[in-house]
Amino acid sequence: MRALVRWHLFWPCLTLALLIALNAVVNPGFLAFEWRDGHLYGNLVDILNRAAPLALVATGMTLVIAARGLDISVGAVVAISAAVAAVMIGGSLSLGDAEAVSRFPMWLAILAALAIALACGLWNGALVVGVGMQPIIATLILMVAGRGVAQLVTGGQIITIYYPPYAYLGNGFLAGLPFAAVLAAAVIALTQLLLSRTPLGLYVRAIGINPVAARIAGIRAKPITLALYGFCGLLAGVAGLIVSSNVRSADANNAGQLLELDAILAVTLGGTALTGGRFSLVGTALGALIIQTLTTTIYSLGVPPEVNLVFKAALIFIVMLLQSPEFRAGIVRLARQPGA
Amino acid sequence: MTGLKHWLLAAGVVLFAACSGGADGTKSDAGAAKPIVLGFSQIGAESEWRTANTVSIQGAARDAGITLRFSDAQQKQENQIKALRSFIAQRVDVIAFSPVVETGWETVLREAKTAKIPVILTDRAVEVSDESLYVSFIGSDFVEEGRRAGRWLTEYYSTGKGKDFKGDINIVELQGTVGSAPANDRKAGFAEIIAADPRYKVIRSQTGDFTRAKGKEVMEAFLKAEGRKINVLYAHNDDMAIGAIQAIEEAGIKPGTEIIIISIDGVKGAFEAMMAGKLNVSVECSPLLGPQLMSTVKDVVAGKQIPKRIVTEESVFPMETAAQEFPKRKY
Repeated sequence: MRALVRWHLFWPCLTLALLIALNAVVNPGFLAFEWRDGHLYGNLVDILNRAAPLALVATGMTLVIAARGLDISVGAVVAISAAVAAVMIGGSLSLGDAEAVSRFPMWLAILAALAIALACGLWNGALVVGVGMQPIIATLILMVAGRGVAQLVTGGQIITIYYPPYAYLGNGFLAGLPFAAVLAAAVIALTQLLLSRTPLGLYVRAIGINPVAARIAGIRAKPITLALYGFCGLLAGVAGLIVSSNVRSADANNAGQLLELDAILAVTLGGTALTGGRFSLVGTALGALIIQTLTTTIYSLGVPPEVNLVFKAALIFIVMLLQSPEFRAGIVRLARQPGA
Repeated sequence: MTGLKHWLLAAGVVLFAACSGGADGTKSDAGAAKPIVLGFSQIGAESEWRTANTVSIQGAARDAGITLRFSDAQQKQENQIKALRSFIAQRVDVIAFSPVVETGWETVLREAKTAKIPVILTDRAVEVSDESLYVSFIGSDFVEEGRRAGRWLTEYYSTGKGKDFKGDINIVELQGTVGSAPANDRKAGFAEIIAADPRYKVIRSQTGDFTRAKGKEVMEAFLKAEGRKINVLYAHNDDMAIGAIQAIEEAGIKPGTEIIIISIDGVKGAFEAMMAGKLNVSVECSPLLGPQLMSTVKDVVAGKQIPKRIVTEESVFPMETAAQEFPKRKY
């Protein structure tokens, strides 16, 4: 029992379980699963599907934070990637069974969007590593400018994507599960493998704990950090594709809005230290699921829209308290004190 | 610091010289007054509707020979207040803006009044203690739009296709941005009409922020919670309805027949959805108020009496008229 409580993912798991339990109590149908049109259908499936973009962005963010960095431009990169893909695929409305066409082949549009997202990440990395800017300032530039770039690409319009195959990314199902969720899980698993089976994970930790010592120990800190920013940008690009595919349109103003904050929150909820060094990708994925479950909770409880944000803030406050060892120790002390 | 100040001052002088030079030029060739300068702060480009609104205002200003200083607030009130302050500092002749939210405008509007710059509101109203802070409000009547949506629904169930329907009519509502005038008024107008018949019940109401993504996400949750109980969806704008239609289709329910869908605005995307039989009706909210705005601006500068409220002309487009209307739509 004690070992279980000490397990680093115990608290995120407990939080997620409690949130789902709260939903199940208020709305008995919440946990229900159904097999509909060849795939699973239910609230939990929605949560998996909706949490996928956030989980991807937060995965990149985890690694950047683990190496003592920060990337607040991910929301803007999501918008850019969505905009590029939407503009390149485009298409026009066809009623009936007329054949849908895309302006460029879909694979080219996806590759272009991802390449631009990767370039955005590398740009951030170059500013941090090459120019020596503080990460928050370096990525603030792209956070502000990026949305402008996305608006430029879309001409300030919401671009509707009429090309049906593109919708698969954000709406499709693989083996009954949402494709976006499967993709996110695969990316997280591969990244985890790469970090644990090669020295890379150790290097990232070393850079996060002490960059100077890491460099003196012979770790090539600069190229690794640059690559981490690039990876973070790339994953934000994938998230952008999923988001735009889900609603079959790209909205430069609203796509990925404030996603960077949700991503940082997911990273924190998962037990990664914002000071660098200690990180957990699985924890981050759990964090993303917690955040999406919170949002779904608000909808399914029927919270009035005026108090949405207050409700969310209060829940997050409770969650963060639960995760604080100092707070828990204080509670235990209080409980043991007088009378006992 | 002083270096920067000097530089700014120099830049300002150059700019001023350039501006007055331009004004002199027009004065000499026509002998007419210098062109009216209108500072316009737009909310952003959140939808096709808003883009059409921007295009209409820019086009009308060009046609009317009014110099337009255009500023995009990207959905943020603080940007809009900054834009208004800079218009005041530039001493434009008239300020017009579409407020992103209803409240919080007292201070900046007082600053404009002190600077004797008349302010015209377009498309959305504000809540201020003193009505003299703005000269006129040009735009749609959102409460009336909500009522029209409600009337269409009650007609549908009393004399239209739904007249044989028995039992309660369960409505879910996708509200606009919390605190915005269209969200508050469209909700109120609709509620006022359906209140007359206890059969109409709004069982869920949540904000979808006027966006497709949120509209879809919230509708997904509604469908999971209420399922086939839902008879009607009332969305405060077309984009949320378009997102929600995707969610309804993915749940294996037929939008437009199994769930009746009403939305507001009348953008092209809504007409496409209506032609495909997935949206039942869109209540028009015309963004093409540029020409009306420009003539009001001219009247204000000429010192004429202006009505406090100018309502744009609008209609209701049911599904059946969509194919016929579609080619005429500008937005």
